[in-house]
Amino acid sequence: MAQWEAVIGLEVHVELKTNTKIFCNSSTEFGADPNTHVCPVCMGLPGVLPVLNKKVLEYAVKAGLALNCKIAPYSKFDRKNYYYPDLPKNYQISQYDLPIAEHGYLDIELDGKTKRIGITRLHMEEDAGKLVHQGNIMTTPYSLVDYNRTGVPLIEIVSEPDMRSPEEAKAYLEKLKAIIQYTGVSDCKMQEGSLRCDANISVRLVGSAEFGTKTEIKNMNSFKALQKALEYEMQRQIEVLESGGRIVQETRTWDEAKGITVSMRSKEEAHDYRYFPDPDLVPIVIDPQWVKEIEESLPELPDARKKRYIEEYGLPEYDAAVLTMSKEMSDYFEEVLDEYPHPKTVSNWMMGDFSRILNANQVEIQDCKVAPSQLAELLKLIDKGTISGKIAKTVLEEMVETGSDPGKIVEEKGLVQISDEGELSRIIDEVIAGNPKSVEDYRNGKKKAMGFLVGQTMKATKGKANPALVNKLLAEKLQQ
Amino acid sequence: MSLNQMTAHELHELMMKKEVSAEEITKAVYDRIDKVEDKVKSYITLTREQALETARKVDEKIAAGDKVPPLAGIPIAIKDNICTSGVKTTCASKILYNFVPPYNATVMEKLNSQQAVMVGKTNMDEFAMGSSTENSGFHVTRNPWDTERVPGGSSGGSAAAVAADECIAALGSDTGGSIRQPAALCGVVGMKPTYGAVSRYGLVAFASSLDQIGPFTKDVTDCALVLNAICGHDPMDSTSVKYSVPDYTQYLQNDVRGLKIGVPKEFMAEGLNPEVRKVVEEAIATLSNLGAVVEETSLPHTEYALPVYYIIAPAEASSNLARYDGVRYGYRSVEADDVVEMFMRSRSEGFGEEVKRRIMLGTYALSAGYYDAYYNKALKVRTLIKQDFDKAFEKYDLLLSPTAPGPAFKIGENIDDPVQMYLQDIFTLSVNLAGIPGISIPCGFVNGLPVGLQFMAKPFGEGTLLRAAYTFEQNTEFNRQRPAL
Repeated sequence: MAQWEAVIGLEVHVELKTNTKIFCNSSTEFGADPNTHVCPVCMGLPGVLPVLNKKVLEYAVKAGLALNCKIAPYSKFDRKNYYYPDLPKNYQISQYDLPIAEHGYLDIELDGKTKRIGITRLHMEEDAGKLVHQGNIMTTPYSLVDYNRTGVPLIEIVSEPDMRSPEEAKAYLEKLKAIIQYTGVSDCKMQEGSLRCDANISVRLVGSAEFGTKTEIKNMNSFKALQKALEYEMQRQIEVLESGGRIVQETRTWDEAKGITVSMRSKEEAHDYRYFPDPDLVPIVIDPQWVKEIEESLPELPDARKKRYIEEYGLPEYDAAVLTMSKEMSDYFEEVLDEYPHPKTVSNWMMGDFSRILNANQVEIQDCKVAPSQLAELLKLIDKGTISGKIAKTVLEEMVETGSDPGKIVEEKGLVQISDEGELSRIIDEVIAGNPKSVEDYRNGKKKAMGFLVGQTMKATKGKANPALVNKLLAEKLQQ
Repeated sequence: MSLNQMTAHELHELMMKKEVSAEEITKAVYDRIDKVEDKVKSYITLTREQALETARKVDEKIAAGDKVPPLAGIPIAIKDNICTSGVKTTCASKILYNFVPPYNATVMEKLNSQQAVMVGKTNMDEFAMGSSTENSGFHVTRNPWDTERVPGGSSGGSAAAVAADECIAALGSDTGGSIRQPAALCGVVGMKPTYGAVSRYGLVAFASSLDQIGPFTKDVTDCALVLNAICGHDPMDSTSVKYSVPDYTQYLQNDVRGLKIGVPKEFMAEGLNPEVRKVVEEAIATLSNLGAVVEETSLPHTEYALPVYYIIAPAEASSNLARYDGVRYGYRSVEADDVVEMFMRSRSEGFGEEVKRRIMLGTYALSAGYYDAYYNKALKVRTLIKQDFDKAFEKYDLLLSPTAPGPAFKIGENIDDPVQMYLQDIFTLSVNLAGIPGISIPCGFVNGLPVGLQFMAKPFGEGTLLRAAYTFEQNTEFNRQRPAL
């Protein structure tokens, strides 16, 4: 059997989190009523002119530096000409041959191995508006246009064709998202479209030095969709080649419902964008001192943070990787540590029960009602013996729902752990009296019966009994 | 002399002496329009009520003893490619026949802040593409000196309105000669300022790297006053230059002694009407007699200016005009079944022949496989043309040439020959390619038709242009002649 491998490159669009649009003062806020965040400039009315938002340039430089790119001392904007109703000028202001940043990279980790993925370029451009169809695009009797998104600043990040599997592509996108989020220049929310990804993929026999014919895949709206679409497309191409066929260079769209890629347009139908320098904008000449200032303002990035977690906190590599993959998670983790300096315990809770409860409630950590200090408080209650670890999970569920302090929940619901020997002793006596069969079994050497009796005691105390004390008292009483 | 025939500085003086009111001036202008507009057809839209209202406000201020700016109460006509809030701005195109801008061009804000009176919006070649105003999507404007002839273009409406005394001054736009050539053909003063001196915000773009707004006036003094009003850096226009705007009236000096003027031989060569040449030679003699040092010089890349222009300008236009698609404003074909057909039909039906020709030229020049041969090459040659001027200005304070190769031609004469029409701008378009300022002033007549003299200066050399133009004007009578309409 021949061994195939994929050759994958990604083109990622990231919306920058500026207050105003790239070439005018309209707001970039997401989710407003249609066509309320518009002005003559972003509507492309006759006579208007673009003026570059300096914040966009700063953010693009910041992202470029975080991705280890060289920042171009001289850069310019070009017009990409094509007709579409969501594009008010029927050209998009973008960067063609002189992008703001080039020649970068990022490192991904898969199965404990680190691999470097090259970044060809990063450039600035304006976003288009949104078409609202009545049902299906093919059958809609008319379409509405919302220009709120028109002119929202984007950076497009183009990778080298360095990825060899859909897993690598997913790992690259996850890492890219993490890095961009750390810089603070974007939210990178795939579901809101502030992170969008297209892929170029071809296949070849392992060991071959040449690239096969590629296809471009669009419309992948989640990390999972990216991986599934590429897995499908890789298999499709292999099947075509193995049955003696040829790959057609074309653009294909991922049909999430059917789980397949479908041809959109062939190379022959591809646009001639007629790029040329935008005469309405002046070339961008970057002051190296300014770049230096931006570089110095860069926060700690995921790789550095992960290294620190391993070296300073003594966390296992796995924990460090998972925690630092999301800036929100990682920032939260550190805030908990400020008040409860036991990294591994916090890590266990955050990666385990806390994440599970958040997922079940479909809440992102940054939107969750539990403050890091409250989680620290909860962990302290366990350490003090006020509640058991098991009860703590119940308390945490309540905290995620209501945002109440753990101490208050414990008090109100009477969840304080019973550590009073006299009280527990009385309860255990009752359990022993009520379960003579188990007691006899135990005394006859069936040590398992002990577990049952502990369970019965916990049940009788509604889980509040101090488990260590229960074990100790039961053992003593059964010895008698 | 009736009020509408006077200059802005004369009228300002009369208003300040309370001898006439702004309202009387505005009424005189509209009376003239009522009388001659049928013959000339300078305007697309008249804004009579609004104009009278502004005039009355100026009168109130003057009555209250306030000093008003030089252009307060002065009736000014605006080319219909300059956006005017609440007033239709059509670019003389069917595709924008109903477009009412929700905003003012920066030059309009500046004129409004002086309380200038907008008379109306003037006719032009559609999207400023043409040299005769015959390409208007609405009607042809006629030359006030001979109504069988064209007023030049593309700002033909503004030039004709000033020449016919249907306003006191006007704004036009100049991409390859669209202010200077009609100024020459209509016998008025017209200036294209340095690229970046006047904000383009609100000027409907034809060719962004060449377009510039400028004044039409009855004399050089008014030209300086309008420049004072409209020049200056605008944060809304990235290509507008940050510079401190001088008071241009300080250059109105009747003195050209020692001024070094070069006459590029390429601008006095073939294609130039011999009688126009004679008039220009007489003008050169006048300047020499006044003490200027006039010499022949050379701009060796001149022959490439026209082909370079007709690649760069259409290329930019093909992109600038892409937004007229019937989706958001303007003309939309009702025939279409889907969006692509709507684009195609709206544009096919909405644009005129010349506009379509240039969109096709530009689209071709930018196409994959042709970009380097055409557009990129043109940019390089444009640099060479600029360098010719840089070199010339090391030696000369000014360059001089005829503005247009001949006097006004007959309506219809060149309409079927685009190249002949393009040659109308042969002496003016290098100035746009180089980004330098140029002025055209009346310098004589051929068979009763005005001839224009062009001065060119280095970037931001408007002051020197004004000085030479003012001196010539003070020592000749050409600008005081009026067409017999």
